[in-house]
Amino acid sequence: MTGHDRRAGSAGGISRRRLFGLAGGAAVVGAAAGATATTLTRPASGAGSAQSIDFFGPHQAGIATPAQDRLHFAAFDLRPAATRQELTALLAAWTEAAARMTAGDEVGAGAVSGSPSAPPDDTGEALDLAAARLTVTIGFGTSLFTDSRGNDRFGIAAARPPQLADLPGFPGDALVPAISGGDLCIQACADDPQVAVHAVRNLARIAHGTASVRWSQLGFGRTSSTSTSQSTPRNMMGFKDGTANIKAEDGAAMDADVWVQPGDGPDWMTGGSYLVTRRIRMLIEPWDSTSLTEQERVIGRTKDTGAPLGRSAEFDPIDFGAAGSDGAPVIDMKAHVRLAHASHNGGALLLRRGYSFVDGTDDLGRLDAGLFFMAYQRDPRRQFVVIQRSLAGKFNDALNEYIQHVGSGLFACPPGVGPGSSWGRGLFV
Amino acid sequence: MTTRSTRLAAVTVPAVVALLLAGCSGQSSATGTAQAGATEPIAVRAGDTACEVATTSLAAGRHTFEVENTASQVTEVYVYATGDRIVGEVENVGPATRRSLIVDLTAGDYQVACKPGMVGNGIRTPLSVTGGAAPSQTTDQNLRAAVDSYRSYVRSETRALVDTTAAFATAIGTGNVDQARQAYPTARLHYERIEPIAESFGDLDPLIDMRADDATDGTPFVGFHALEQLLFERNTVVGAQQLAADLTANVGKLDTLVATVEFTPLMMGNGAKSLLDEVAKSKVTGEEERYSRIDLVDFAGNVDGAKYVYTALRPAVLAKDPQLVTTLDQRFSVLVELLGTHMGKAGAPGFVPGSPYVSYDALTPDDVKALAVEVDAISEPLGRLSGVVTGG
Repeated sequence: MTGHDRRAGSAGGISRRRLFGLAGGAAVVGAAAGATATTLTRPASGAGSAQSIDFFGPHQAGIATPAQDRLHFAAFDLRPAATRQELTALLAAWTEAAARMTAGDEVGAGAVSGSPSAPPDDTGEALDLAAARLTVTIGFGTSLFTDSRGNDRFGIAAARPPQLADLPGFPGDALVPAISGGDLCIQACADDPQVAVHAVRNLARIAHGTASVRWSQLGFGRTSSTSTSQSTPRNMMGFKDGTANIKAEDGAAMDADVWVQPGDGPDWMTGGSYLVTRRIRMLIEPWDSTSLTEQERVIGRTKDTGAPLGRSAEFDPIDFGAAGSDGAPVIDMKAHVRLAHASHNGGALLLRRGYSFVDGTDDLGRLDAGLFFMAYQRDPRRQFVVIQRSLAGKFNDALNEYIQHVGSGLFACPPGVGPGSSWGRGLFV
Repeated sequence: MTTRSTRLAAVTVPAVVALLLAGCSGQSSATGTAQAGATEPIAVRAGDTACEVATTSLAAGRHTFEVENTASQVTEVYVYATGDRIVGEVENVGPATRRSLIVDLTAGDYQVACKPGMVGNGIRTPLSVTGGAAPSQTTDQNLRAAVDSYRSYVRSETRALVDTTAAFATAIGTGNVDQARQAYPTARLHYERIEPIAESFGDLDPLIDMRADDATDGTPFVGFHALEQLLFERNTVVGAQQLAADLTANVGKLDTLVATVEFTPLMMGNGAKSLLDEVAKSKVTGEEERYSRIDLVDFAGNVDGAKYVYTALRPAVLAKDPQLVTTLDQRFSVLVELLGTHMGKAGAPGFVPGSPYVSYDALTPDDVKALAVEVDAISEPLGRLSGVVTGG
């Protein structure tokens, strides 16, 4: 494709991102430690952040990258008759477009620079916007390897990693197939919602004729911090979420619990990571009419500072053995923080990267809101599945009274690519 | 079946003399230049499940196909060149009727397609023609041929619309609701094939095709869908006569005005895209035929119209953007096949008398999604057609 670079566009020769970086006045040199290298950096929050994240590298961006503010996530299905050649052509076209958009450039010949009698290659709604730390991350679903009828459609069933085992059913699941699964997924995160939506929209457009969107999810606010440089945000329940998350700066933890290591499985996944998504609907109205004491008992932390009950600061270590003056445990035996904690799950940890969502209201006028849970890990069988078995069901996590898992996804996110290569090249050799 | 439409399916200039002969009368009038002497007529038996052609190889030259409809329903027979470019066509052939089709064939691979019910890809029989090859055409010649071909398509579809609307109005006049309902889908098919042309005449399209919610205090609800509502929702012909008379008059106006249209490759390409946009907006969603639920008939009509434009322009596109041709060939074929999986059968669920397709209500959400996906798949490459043919 003949590329038109927004940097050479109407902004007087200054790139979209540079213009914003200078205008913002807050640009500082030096990348957040451990994050993917960046060209211009400023504190990682706030809409309109100017910096762009490097698309190319040993790992895909959007995993260790400090969590951006907004999400558009989309799951795609390949058309039934799609061939392996069409799939690899799509991955190549997607890689090229994603690299351009991540850099703040337009897709293909651009939004206004192509032939006037042809539809523009780029849809244009990101013109004049900053790169906004956009990352585009791809994942391969279980059905890409083996479809629901057991067919190996693309000749890759033998390369399916053992870690990509279908998730078991959990007690209390109310999964809707139409918002679960998918052959491919795209996670687009940015500090500007329109930049994230633009990325998914253009990739969906490129996919027409080969793959179509099965479901998609918008997230308006991050619920996790994935870097020590970030403060812990609150979720829709009003509590700080993700305090005990793996942080990108902890290289040892990243290697132990997030990045697939040599020898774990097929080589093509080395340097990649497995993504579990769960659309968790929160029963907002019952929660809102629950007393503060009960809310804090259910979570196991204070709503104010996020400190574990019985302690004073957010990052204080949790004492699960502490008892109150009445002899009862300070942290309830069914508190979310207890059952989700690594110490309760054989040390299992996750890199959580979820987003709050509100998709309007349901037929009963109740907020259709909750957490779009996303967690990266080295082996879902030893991590997400273990933790979720602790949490799920009536007899476990007290939070279950207020939440319901309605969507689910499991994806193998391959390692990053170098310039000239394409997503999944190692899988389709 | 007394209605008859003829189509001059123009192909490569100047060799085209495809003629339809008056069905039962045996009358013929030739235009153009006769080539080689008389050849044996080739019998085509167009059945419900087979399309038997007496021979599968021919010498280049002028040939007459004697079509006999042995099917239980109205049929069409096409002669297609590569890429489904129509070389000749005879449509609205009633059961147990015979019609003739004369075409000039140059060397190449062709297909004879019988389309019982007049929809779908048809049952195909290959035909190989040897001998004189067609002279190669310049882009301008290809574009002129495409414009000529499309002009005659629009004219013959408009005439078919006049005929089938007249039949619809007659059925309403007799007061027979069932008969009127059965006459409705065929007239709709012909309208939907050329809808963008009607839209170019301002008020005419609303008068023919408006929906109940387009009506205002000063603009009463008229046209096809007002009649549809009476027949399918209110189950009556009371109040339908005047509406039918007005519709007939407006369709007649359209027929007159079509002669004034200036056809260009650009308007053809834009028209094809707008037909697909129509499908995406009002057919896939089941919005248009809200009382009769024959949205798939309109869907097929729009796709037919768009595909005709594309196949007419195909030789010109092939020279400029072969990849676009590969893509559109494949995607049109997939969409038409998918539509073909929703044919109705008398007695089976979803059957609508007079419609080759099942009711929209018989489609599952997955069916609708699959159709929408294929429409989107064509829409993107079809949007590039205008730019390619105008050299943009």
